[in-house]
Amino acid sequence: MSAFSAIGEEREIDRNEYTPEIEPQPTWCPGCGDFGVLKALKGALPEVGRTPEETLLVTGIGCSGKLNSYLDSYGFHTIHGRSLPVARAAKLANPGVEVVAAGGDGDGYGIGGNHFMHTARENHDMTYIVFNNEIFGLTKGQTSPTSPKGHKSKTQPHGSAKTPIRPLSLSLTSGASFVARTAAVNPNQAQRILKEAMEHDGFAHIDFLTQCPTWNKDAKQYVPYTDINESEDYDFDPTNRADAQELMRETEDKLYEGEVLTGVYYREDDRPSYQQEKQEIGEMPEEPLAERYFDGDYEWERSYDNFIDKHK
Amino acid sequence: MSADELIWRIAGGSGDGIASTSQNFAKALMRSGLHVFTHRHYPSRIRGGHTYVEVRASADPVKSRGDGYNFLLALGDSFARNPQDEAYYGNEEAKPLAENLDELREGGVIVYDSGLLDPSEVPNFEERVEENDWHVYDIDLRSLAREQGREVMRNTAGVGVTCAITGIPLEAIEELMRDAMPEKILEPNLEIMQTGYDLVHEEYDVDAPDVSVPSGDHDEEQVLMSGSDAIAYGAIDEGCRFIAGYPMTPWTEVFTIMSQNLPELGGISEQVEDEIAAAALAIGASHMGVKAMSGSSGGGFALMGEPLGLAEMTETPLVLIEAMRAGPSTGMPTKPEQADLEHVLYTSQGDSQRVVLAPGTVAEAYEASRRAFQLAYEYQIPTMIVYDQKLSGELTNVPASHFDREPNGDIGMTLTEDELAEQPHTADGKFHRFQHEGENGVSPRSVPGQKAGRYLATGNEHNPAGHISEDPDNRVAQMDRRQRKLDAIREDLDGDGLLVEHGPEDAEYGILTFGSQQGTVEEAVDRLNENGTSVKALTVAELAPYPVDAVRSFLDSVDEALVVEMNASAQFRGLTQKELGTHGEMLSSLLKYNGNPFEPAEIVEGFTTKLVDGGELPGNETKFVPAAGD
Ligand SMILES: Cc1ncc(C[n+]2csc(CCOP(=O)(O)OP(=O)(O)O)c2C)c(N)n1
Ligand code: SF4
Repeated sequence: MSAFSAIGEEREIDRNEYTPEIEPQPTWCPGCGDFGVLKALKGALPEVGRTPEETLLVTGIGCSGKLNSYLDSYGFHTIHGRSLPVARAAKLANPGVEVVAAGGDGDGYGIGGNHFMHTARENHDMTYIVFNNEIFGLTKGQTSPTSPKGHKSKTQPHGSAKTPIRPLSLSLTSGASFVARTAAVNPNQAQRILKEAMEHDGFAHIDFLTQCPTWNKDAKQYVPYTDINESEDYDFDPTNRADAQELMRETEDKLYEGEVLTGVYYREDDRPSYQQEKQEIGEMPEEPLAERYFDGDYEWERSYDNFIDKHK
Repeated sequence: MSADELIWRIAGGSGDGIASTSQNFAKALMRSGLHVFTHRHYPSRIRGGHTYVEVRASADPVKSRGDGYNFLLALGDSFARNPQDEAYYGNEEAKPLAENLDELREGGVIVYDSGLLDPSEVPNFEERVEENDWHVYDIDLRSLAREQGREVMRNTAGVGVTCAITGIPLEAIEELMRDAMPEKILEPNLEIMQTGYDLVHEEYDVDAPDVSVPSGDHDEEQVLMSGSDAIAYGAIDEGCRFIAGYPMTPWTEVFTIMSQNLPELGGISEQVEDEIAAAALAIGASHMGVKAMSGSSGGGFALMGEPLGLAEMTETPLVLIEAMRAGPSTGMPTKPEQADLEHVLYTSQGDSQRVVLAPGTVAEAYEASRRAFQLAYEYQIPTMIVYDQKLSGELTNVPASHFDREPNGDIGMTLTEDELAEQPHTADGKFHRFQHEGENGVSPRSVPGQKAGRYLATGNEHNPAGHISEDPDNRVAQMDRRQRKLDAIREDLDGDGLLVEHGPEDAEYGILTFGSQQGTVEEAVDRLNENGTSVKALTVAELAPYPVDAVRSFLDSVDEALVVEMNASAQFRGLTQKELGTHGEMLSSLLKYNGNPFEPAEIVEGFTTKLVDGGELPGNETKFVPAAGD
């Protein structure tokens, strides 16, 4: 019998199972977009058939990083910008566990930018949600890597001279095999995209637009949103890389001006995940590594039998 | 020239095969029954630049590089590209001969490759040879190798010449070459070695060798290992099957050995984007219930300060390796120093709960590695091994049986699903992962994927179920529990062989040291006692939690003590004084931080200076700092 009987358990899952009964006092402000992410996640997990005990939610630091305080699964609230490396190894150690990583735009595109690029490149099989509110929330409203040029804050009193980061293009160029954008004000789309992302076999990046009414009142400018997968104006094929790139460029130019395009921009279905690649070249066991430590019959190999001869 | 030891130095250019040649030579001597110890000196360059390796061999156990050496094989730097006098790296071509003469003992042997080296470029060469009674063999090794088609085999020719001069039979080396080399290059190598050997016999009178090799016998089979080998094998035997890292000298050695072997053992190795990621990956794997490690050297370890704190707060078992090199900053990448001690002890924010072990020998490195995993997983605490470039790269013989141990895949205080069901849970089924109870401070854990084990791990302060909490009572209870682990570990480690005493028990004076200086200090202690000074040494391999009682009783048993360490600010002495809170007035320091480890003679000198009030150290290599009070 597996030491991890929560993995692969088939049963009807109620979305309320993810809500802690003894709910910690929410620290998010009223009207915060983060509530939308939580709601969509609670909707998508049962749809994917993942129970709280076979799910690991790894977060960073920030308002967004508190996500796993309100979602009752296994959770790891790490440190600012470091959710991805922790999540990557967790997945390699026990691929049966559903691994979702989440954090803010400061967390993911700023301090954790290097990890973002490399996790996308390696195409680890996991879902990564970036709460994009174009601001540092928890530290009280400083300019973030996605804040528009000219954005004024206490730390950039003359307005930022920096061009905002282009999360979708960055993700695609870095090698993510699933790139989408959704918004907290579109709960149905958000849930659908989260489900697709979790079912995707590879690194699925979702730039999740979340309003921060406390520090970034301008975020309201995003309404209305157009869903590129559903709108007739966009006869869009998300498996076409060139089209995806073109549309990303367009939306990232216009993000601060009006129409916001959301939906699945890119999906590469036939690319093996990192873990599959690693198994292919013989650098990762077929059986989950974590299982071995609970298997009383496992015979641990010794250095003496394997390597001592070359030192004699 | 005494016949009781050979110290053979092979010098040349980095990339000229000095390391592999010396390794074979050392192994051959070990197989012939001798005790061996190597010392590696190399520049931070890929090809070219003066490098040497010393192989010390003796019938008696050897614990250090020894003092000076008695046989130089100078090969010439085939990669030297910039021979102008004013060039950045100096006159490369002549260095293998010119740079090495200061430490060559009287009556020693010089073999130099006259195909590449010109002694007229070495200042006062003839006079020095005369003065020191050196025996010089100028042999055109380059042509010799070239005649057989391969100039790079100058090394092998040199080994043949060495064997002829010292009387070492060629068979021992041949056998090793047969094991290590593919057929195609084996034959020419064997031929070249033979030619070098014969040439000496034809042209010189070697019936009475200038430097002879002692003969010895081992009572049991030996293996030739480095500290890095030992750490890697200790980790493997303790069930570590996940490593994440980023290359940095000298940590790269452990990382490489692990990466080369883990896939065959069904493990996983990840080379990642930086050291923050590396430590974070190890935490991620360990969180899932896998034995994992990471590590780095000074600068890379600085980046790990942040994830290290996360492991402390989330009580994720973690083993980190810190292979010290000379700093600050990039410092001297290939030179040893023991100056990261405070970095390892104190890096990361907050009140820290961590274990730091500092093995002193290759054999101990294996033990420390195993112990580090046991402590990390049993107590859910980050455990670090701090050592240095010297211990990481030096090779020495250890009885093979030392490594013939049972493996251990036990994951420590991690519950099974059956056990989890019996544990306290909150009303909604959340497992009390961080219970306040637990006499030794340990609160057993679950891992994701297990039934009834759901909890939140967070780097914020948290309540028993893992929820973020700033409740003052909970904070104190959690902090106290985490601190309690240290007392339990201190007790657990007591009598674990982490304190090594050497010398007469009732000695008048003491030497206190840690890490890789152990062997050198012990040799110095033996010599001091032979010369009539009554002194004993204590090497401390457990730096955190610090073995206060044991060190105190050692110091109480002597009149005065000298603390020997390789850094400029006396960090180990500072730690000892801080932990003991007393004894400062009896601790003086002998320091060295020029990039080269101590030689026993320097410690003997330093000790003598300490005793002879107001004396001066002869060179500027080492520094004496008198006692400072408490
Ligand atoms: C290493 C480090 N630097 C800085 C901080 C302080 N800090 C906490 S949250 C945060 C910004 C969060 O912004 P973002 O990631 O956009 O998330 P949000 O709060 O907007 O959800 C910062 C700078 C920290 N915790 N750690
Ligand atoms: S500060 Fe902004 S992001 Fe943070 S909780 Fe409040 S509204 Fe949400």
